[in-house]
Amino acid sequence: MRVAHRFRTGLSAMADALFAIGLALLNPGVLALWLAGLVLSPVPVLGPELLGVTTTVVRWRADLERGLSTRAGVPIRRPYLPQPAGAEVGSRRWLKWVVTDPATWRDASWLVPGAIVGAVLGVITIAVVGYALIGVLLVPLWLFLGDIWFGYGVFWPTADLGEAWLALPQGMAILAAGLALAPLLRATNLRFGRLLLAPTHSAELRLRVAHLTVTRADAVDAQAAELRRIERDLHDGAQARMVSVGMTIGLAERLVRRDPAAALKLLAEARAASTTALVELRHLVRGIHPPVLAERGLEGAVQALVMSLPIRTDVTSHLPGRLDTPVESAVYFAVAEALANMSRHSNARSGWVLLRHADGVLFVQVGDDGDGGADPERGTGLHGIERRLDVFDGTVSVTSPPGGPTVVTMELPCALSSPRT
Amino acid sequence: MRVVIAEDLTLLRDGLTRLLEAFDFEVVEAVDNGPALLPALLRHRPDVAVVDVRLPPTQTDEGLKAAIAARVAIPGLPVLVLSQHVEPLYARELLTDRAGGIGYLLKERVSDVEQFVSTVNQVAAGGTAFDPEVVAQLLARRGPLDGLTAREHDVLRHIAEGRSNAAIAGRLFITEKVVSKHINSIFAKLGMPPSDDDNRRVLAVLMFLDA
Repeated sequence: MRVAHRFRTGLSAMADALFAIGLALLNPGVLALWLAGLVLSPVPVLGPELLGVTTTVVRWRADLERGLSTRAGVPIRRPYLPQPAGAEVGSRRWLKWVVTDPATWRDASWLVPGAIVGAVLGVITIAVVGYALIGVLLVPLWLFLGDIWFGYGVFWPTADLGEAWLALPQGMAILAAGLALAPLLRATNLRFGRLLLAPTHSAELRLRVAHLTVTRADAVDAQAAELRRIERDLHDGAQARMVSVGMTIGLAERLVRRDPAAALKLLAEARAASTTALVELRHLVRGIHPPVLAERGLEGAVQALVMSLPIRTDVTSHLPGRLDTPVESAVYFAVAEALANMSRHSNARSGWVLLRHADGVLFVQVGDDGDGGADPERGTGLHGIERRLDVFDGTVSVTSPPGGPTVVTMELPCALSSPRT
Repeated sequence: MRVVIAEDLTLLRDGLTRLLEAFDFEVVEAVDNGPALLPALLRHRPDVAVVDVRLPPTQTDEGLKAAIAARVAIPGLPVLVLSQHVEPLYARELLTDRAGGIGYLLKERVSDVEQFVSTVNQVAAGGTAFDPEVVAQLLARRGPLDGLTAREHDVLRHIAEGRSNAAIAGRLFITEKVVSKHINSIFAKLGMPPSDDDNRRVLAVLMFLDA
């Protein structure tokens, strides 16, 4: 198993090395193009447009490297400053944004050194494995030709058939070494790329500020919308019903002597309306902060939530303590949203929820055995979850291949208060 | 008496219609949104309109705006504005044309059916009736009314709430004559020349709102 895994890793690193050589050939061209764009950028109209196109190409190339690197286990984040509002490609503001972003220059300075490192390490990877394959194939070839004319490995030149046979184990050993070496060389190449392609400390901070600004605005918006919804629900719901109850009782009061039967009917109506008002208030309260969440915490509230679903859903929970109230509430509503999507769209027969807290991270999964094929880009459900969790630096991801299963994974860095006693 | 009602919640619209019809009003039209209100008022020219402040499509103060616009087209058109909360600001906006025939009440006041119907009648007759809640909020402030005695304050409050001299006398356990004396004293202190009593009552209320 381990050997097979290593073999596969080695092979994929080999493929990446080949790919890296190919991409390395591309880099000088990309750099030349970008430099040309930079030089020509003062030319009116056409210059900025050209720089726009060439910069896009550079960023595409750098993003490709970042993507490959992240997939191979050396994560590199995008370092670019957020595009200012209203800065169209080629405009003055756009130009300023591109030119003053250090990441632009770091990308450009990576292109050629990155190509050299990538190509050299790639060639070494391929050469070692190639030589190993020669060793493995040489003996059959020699036997076929009936002639031994040069050497291999430690035997140079090959003296006799005995030594020629030894090319086989040598080749195997070199192949093993080459396949073991390939991932290391790949990692070295990617780490070199990370030196220039990853955000600098100050860029990291700027990205963080930009992210916080967006999520804060979202949070404030969401809160204002929430308050407005509550006001509306009260105004059109319970408040209006109570007015109607009062009005009905008032009329009944007037009728009670003259027409007791009609008065009685009005009173029954009033009682029904007051019950409805209470139901509406209860629903509203549940939408603001579910009482069961206050009383039992996330675990109990999710258990309660699941009981009202039409789909049988199991809850597995490893939470040794309570979460902070805001986090608890955000996660609760995020889970509620995910479960609502599940019961609405998935055609699932059963679902499950997993809640786990480890190493300062709350890990939540909501899954089902339904049709799959959920598209996170469509529909507002996932976006709603994202917005709720973003405020706490949480993330959400969805895997939903056609045919299922669908799994929504949420992760939130957060502390757990002392365990319940 | 012919009434136009504007209320978006079916429950309350039907309730109001039933209530007013039980007291022999004729509900000529009951609309459920802002844009339909002004044409309805201009078409029917009702004896009184009962209007909810918040109406679709904006769910803001559409009802209030339509009421004010209708009173520009038909000066003195009696309007009783209902709302689930009251703002002295809205009361003042309703009274700026100084024409009277204005009421502004919390919706829940309809549960005192007799009182509510008498308020509707009063507004239809050109009087003013402001919710005790509005009045209480205004009384909490200081201003040109500080010169009034406590008793005159009480009387002015009752005027603002839309009570007749007789009703005020009954509430305060004094004779109507004493009430008139207080009222004249109030008018004098507020610097209002003798004129048609109804008009002066409206002006006193307006001053009360502006204070």
